[in-house]
Amino acid sequence: MSLVTHEELKQPSPLLSGPAELRELPEWFHDQQRAAWKQFESLPKPTRKDQAWRFSNVVLLDLAPFKFGGTLSEEERTAILERSRGLDEVAGRMIFAGDELIERDVISDQLKKRGVIFQSLERAMVEHTELFRKHFMSQPTILGSAKFAALHQALVSSGTFLYVPRGVEIEQPIEIFHWLNGENASVFPHLLLVTDELAKVTVIEHFRSVNEHAPGFACGVNDLVAGPGAKVTYVCAQNWAENVVALQMNSTVVDHDASAMSLNLHVGSRYSRFESLSRLIGEGGRSDLLAVAVAKHQQEFDARTLQDHISPHTASDLLYKNALDDRARTIFGGLIRVEPHAHFTDAYQKVRNLLLSDDAEANSMPGLEILADNVRCTHGATSGQIDEDELFYLRTRGIPVSVAQRLIVTGFLDEVIQRLNHPAIADHLNRLIEEKFAT
Amino acid sequence: MKTQTKAVDINRSIGDFFYPEAHVRDAGAGLSERTIEYISDVKEDPDWVREFRRRGLKTFLEKPLPTHWASKDLEAIDFDKIRYYLAPGTEAKRSWEEVPDDIKRTFERLGIPEQERKFLAGVEAQFDSEAVYSNIKKAVGEQGVIFVGSTEGLKNYPEIFRKWFGKVIPIADNKFSALNSAVFSGGSFIYVPPGVKVKHPLQAYFRINAENFGQFERTLIIADEGAEVTYMEGCTAPKFNTPTLHSAVVELIALKGAKIQYITVQNWASNVFNLVTKRGLAQENAEVKWIDCNIGSRLTMKYPSVIMKGRKARGEVLSIALANDGQHQDTGAKMIHAADETTSNIVSKSISIGKGRATYRGLVHVPKHLKHCKNNTECDALLINATSRTDTYPAITVRGTGNAVQHEASVSQVSAEQIFYMQQRGLSEAQAMSLSVNGFVNDLVRQFPMEYSVELKRLIELEMEGSVG
Repeated sequence: MSLVTHEELKQPSPLLSGPAELRELPEWFHDQQRAAWKQFESLPKPTRKDQAWRFSNVVLLDLAPFKFGGTLSEEERTAILERSRGLDEVAGRMIFAGDELIERDVISDQLKKRGVIFQSLERAMVEHTELFRKHFMSQPTILGSAKFAALHQALVSSGTFLYVPRGVEIEQPIEIFHWLNGENASVFPHLLLVTDELAKVTVIEHFRSVNEHAPGFACGVNDLVAGPGAKVTYVCAQNWAENVVALQMNSTVVDHDASAMSLNLHVGSRYSRFESLSRLIGEGGRSDLLAVAVAKHQQEFDARTLQDHISPHTASDLLYKNALDDRARTIFGGLIRVEPHAHFTDAYQKVRNLLLSDDAEANSMPGLEILADNVRCTHGATSGQIDEDELFYLRTRGIPVSVAQRLIVTGFLDEVIQRLNHPAIADHLNRLIEEKFAT
Repeated sequence: MKTQTKAVDINRSIGDFFYPEAHVRDAGAGLSERTIEYISDVKEDPDWVREFRRRGLKTFLEKPLPTHWASKDLEAIDFDKIRYYLAPGTEAKRSWEEVPDDIKRTFERLGIPEQERKFLAGVEAQFDSEAVYSNIKKAVGEQGVIFVGSTEGLKNYPEIFRKWFGKVIPIADNKFSALNSAVFSGGSFIYVPPGVKVKHPLQAYFRINAENFGQFERTLIIADEGAEVTYMEGCTAPKFNTPTLHSAVVELIALKGAKIQYITVQNWASNVFNLVTKRGLAQENAEVKWIDCNIGSRLTMKYPSVIMKGRKARGEVLSIALANDGQHQDTGAKMIHAADETTSNIVSKSISIGKGRATYRGLVHVPKHLKHCKNNTECDALLINATSRTDTYPAITVRGTGNAVQHEASVSQVSAEQIFYMQQRGLSEAQAMSLSVNGFVNDLVRQFPMEYSVELKRLIELEMEGSVG
C-alpha cells in the first residue's frame, strides 16, 4: 500500500483555482499539467451550436461550485472500504476515494511473475516512465470535450496503471472503484491499460458516491490499448449520486487481430457525458461498443462515439440502448468514419430508445462518413414504447402492470448485457438496474 | 477494367451554352441598401415588400455563414462580386412568339415549349431574374387556378399572397433565406381553389445565363381545401469561369385535405452554389410530398421540410443525389411533427462517383404529448470509386410515448459478382455498372411522373459515363 499519511486533514480548494501540487509527482508531469491548465483556460466553453454538443444541456457544466484535493478521515476510509463491494471473484482491485488510493488488493504472485504490472498511476510515472509517456493521453480528444480532457490532465493526481505482457491471459476481472466523497467534491479518475500481443484482460470500473444527495463533479479519462491479437474487455458501471455532473473520455486503440469490447452502464448522475473513441489501426481488428442506460427523473445521458476505421479489413459493432422515464433525456451522437483506403470495413451502429413517459426525450444522431469503397456500413436508430400486446400478454398471465413493464424493460436492456458473455458481471449490472427501478 | 462506355445518345452539354447578355435592368455587382432599393424601384414594389426586403438585408448581414456544421466551401462565395438582379426590362409574355429571339432560342434548346405542347397544364420560364414566359392552359385557368410569377402574384392577388408569404419560411430562418428575402425576383405563385384537382403538372424552368449572377427566385404554392396540384421545376446554367449562386425560397401551403407534390430535377452546371430553402406546411389530412433530384451544381445544400400542423397530415421526401468529381450534394430532409397521428416518410438514395461527395443531413422532430406519430427514414448510399465519399448525419428527437420513429441507413458498392454476371451475359462493364446503378434508384424513380423518370435515368447514365475502368 502506497499511502501518503497526513498529520492533519487537508481542506479542499476550489477547482477553478488551478492545479495545486498536492501529490509528489515527477517534475515533467507537473510541467505537462501546467500546460494542460493553460489549454483548459484558453479553450472555449461548449455551446449547443457546436455539433459535438448539439442537444446537450451545457448550462449544467458550471464548474464554479466544485472543489478538489481534500483528504479522508480514518472513519470515512473504513466506511468506504466496507461499502466497496462489486464482484465476488477478482484478479485485482483498487479503491480510490477522492482520487486517493485507499486500498489495493494485489494480484497473484503468479501474474506478477509473468510480468503483469498493476499499480497506481503516480508510481507508474516513475517506474515505467517510457510506457506511461507513450500511452498516457496519447489519443486526441475529438468528440467535443477537449477542454475537459485538458482539465483532467491538469488536475489528475492518481489512477490505475495496468500492463499485461505478451501472451498473458488474466482470467478473473480486475476491479476498480472510484468514490466521490463530500459536498461539491470532484474526482479525476484515470485508467491506463496497455495490453501486449495476445494478452487478455477484463476490467470493470465502479463509479459511486458516498452521499447519495451530494452534488459533485467527475472528469475521467481512460486510455485503453489492445496490442496485436489482444482481447480487452472494459466495463463501466456509472452509479454516481443523482446530483453529480460527470464527463468521461475513453479512447481505445485496436491493433491488428485484436478485439476490444466495452460496455457502459449508466444509472447515476444528473448529467453524464460519455465519449468513446475507438480507433481500428490494424487489419483484422474488431471493436464492440455497448451501452445501457436507465434514465429517470431529470437525468441526462449524453453519449458521443466514433468508430474510426483507419486500417482495411476491420470491423466494429455498436449497440446502445436507453430506457427513459419521467423527464429524462438521452442524446446519442455517433459516427462511423471509414478513412481513405480503409477498404473492406464492416461497421454497424444501432441505437434504440424505449420511452416510458410522455415527458422523456430521446435524441439520436447516428452518423456515417465513408471515404473508402468496398465497405459495408449500416446504422439504425429507433424510438418507441412498450408494445401494448406484450404488456397485455403478461397481464393475462396474472403479472401486475408495473412488474410486467419492468420485465419488458429489463429484457430490452439485457440483450446488450448478454453480449458481454460474462455471467458474473451481467448479474452485477442487472442488479444495479433492478435497484434503479426500485427508486 | 478498361472497357469504354458506349456513347449514350443524349447531348451531354444540353444546358452548357449561353447567349450574349442584353439586359436593360442591371443592379450591378455587390449587395447594399442601394441594390435592394434599385430592385424595388424597377419592380415597383408595394411598400410592404420594400420593407420586407430591407429586413431581409439586415438579417442577411447580421447572420454568420453556417460553417460550424456546413461545408467550408461556402466561404468561396464572394457576395460582393455577385450581380443580384438582371432583367430584360419587359413583362412576361403570354405567347411563345412574343418572347425575344435569343431567349426563345435558349429555351427551345432546352425543350420548354415542346414539353408544354405535349402535356403540361402551365409553364413558366425564368431567365436570370425575371419570368420571360408564362402560360397556363385555358381549361385550368377557368377552374380558377392562378399560376403567375411571384411579382405578378404579389401585385394582383395581394389578399392571398400576403397572407402566406414568408409565413412558412421567415426571413431569419437562415442566412440564405434572408438573402433571398432581400433580393428575391421571379419564381412562381400558384393558388389552387378548394376542391380543384389540377390533372397535369405545372412546370417552371429556371435558367441562369449571365456570369457572376445570382438567381433568387421565390415560389409560393397554396392548395386550398381538398385541392391537388403537382409542380415540376428544372434548372440549368452554362458553365462560366466564376461561380454562380442560386438561392431560392419555396413555400408550400396545403390546407385541409389538400395535396401538393413538388418535383425538382436540379442540373445546374458544376460551378453553381445551390443553396435553397424549401418548406411545406400541411394542415389537417393534407399531404406535402417533395421529390428532389440533385444531379448538377458544385455545392448543393437543400433539406426540403414538411411541418405537419394538422391531425393526420402527411409529409414525404423522396430524394436522389448524384455527386461526381468536384461536387458536394449536401441534401436531406426535415420532418416536424406538430399534431397527432401525423406520418412522415423519407427515402434518400445517393450515388458518389469519382471524387464526388454525397451527404444526407436529416432532422425528425416529434415534440411532447403527441400521439401516434410515425416516421420512417431510409438512406442508402452507393459508392462507385475508391475516392468517392458519402456521409449521413441524421438528428432525431422523440418525446413521449405513443410514437414510432425508425431510421436506417446503409452504404454499399456495386457488387463485383453482379457486374461479373452481367458481363457474362454479354454486357460491357460500363453497361453493367449503369444498369446496377439504375437498379439501385429504380424503386424511387418509379414513383416519379414518367417523363421525369426517363429524363433522370438518362442523366444518371450520362454521369456514369467513364466512371469505371
